Amino acid sequence: MELPLLLHILGASILVGGLITALSFQLVGWARETPAGAAMLARYGFLSLLVLALPGWILMRAGAQWIWSEQGWDDVRDEPGWLDIGWFTGDLGLPVILVTVILAGLGARRLRQSGGTTSSLVRGATALTAIMLIANVVTVWAMSAKPD
Amino acid sequence: MELTDWLIALHVLSAFAWIAAMVIYSVLVAGLWRAALPSDVVRLFRVSRVGDALVAIGMIGTIVFGIWLAIDEYEIWDGWIIAALVLWIVAAAIGGRTGATYKVVNDRARSLVADGHDAPSSELATLARTQRGLALHVAGSLVTLAILVVMVYKPGA
Repeated sequence: MELPLLLHILGASILVGGLITALSFQLVGWARETPAGAAMLARYGFLSLLVLALPGWILMRAGAQWIWSEQGWDDVRDEPGWLDIGWFTGDLGLPVILVTVILAGLGARRLRQSGGTTSSLVRGATALTAIMLIANVVTVWAMSAKPD
Repeated sequence: MELTDWLIALHVLSAFAWIAAMVIYSVLVAGLWRAALPSDVVRLFRVSRVGDALVAIGMIGTIVFGIWLAIDEYEIWDGWIIAALVLWIVAAAIGGRTGATYKVVNDRARSLVADGHDAPSSELATLARTQRGLALHVAGSLVTLAILVVMVYKPGA
């Protein structure tokens, strides 16, 4: 029981860490940057999402499924609210992360090629990263406090 | 929700802040090995401020809410709690040394940029690729991971 929980928590913390890292690079990139600086920060934001947040999500979700099957939650009719929050954020998280990674990657490439300091694609990725971060922090609170 | 539920949530959120800081620092350490210009190094350290805030919130939150929970729910002298406290102290000591090691890099990069020398610098590259800093960061990350393992497995509880 402990190993799947460890993987679940480790994955979730890497996911949240990856989102915070990406958001930090993206926000710093908004402020009075040179074209080279903006491209560098956008690339780091993209890589943080791709190399940290996405694998973190996979580890978190795999651990959740393992716990689910080991604890026999599929036999429970009325699931507690905190579990619903976890499923909602977790399952909706994958498509949102994938879209964000694509936006961030395209935005970083466009910045590098155009030599500009801002890109609507990167800004869109920043907004989605912020939304995902807030959703995941609320989920961490719900899954640890288990309010019902 | 009862007080214990809030304590658990705040303790866990603090732990997440701490691990998020370690994730940011890992990206920065990797970035410093590739950074070519002093201005790139300065940019990376600008992001490190988020890590500094998170590690402070995380370490203070885990120890305060952790000890509160230990008194409330467990015994402070339980073996796994003592182990976690010792590991927390080790992590704090390593973190202090890691920060001091990388502060030298940040200070040098800033002075180069301030002097208008934003060209590749072999001296700065050597400082940024510090083996000591890397070893301390890896050690700090492993201790942080060990605390997480102790918290989940609670050996002897």
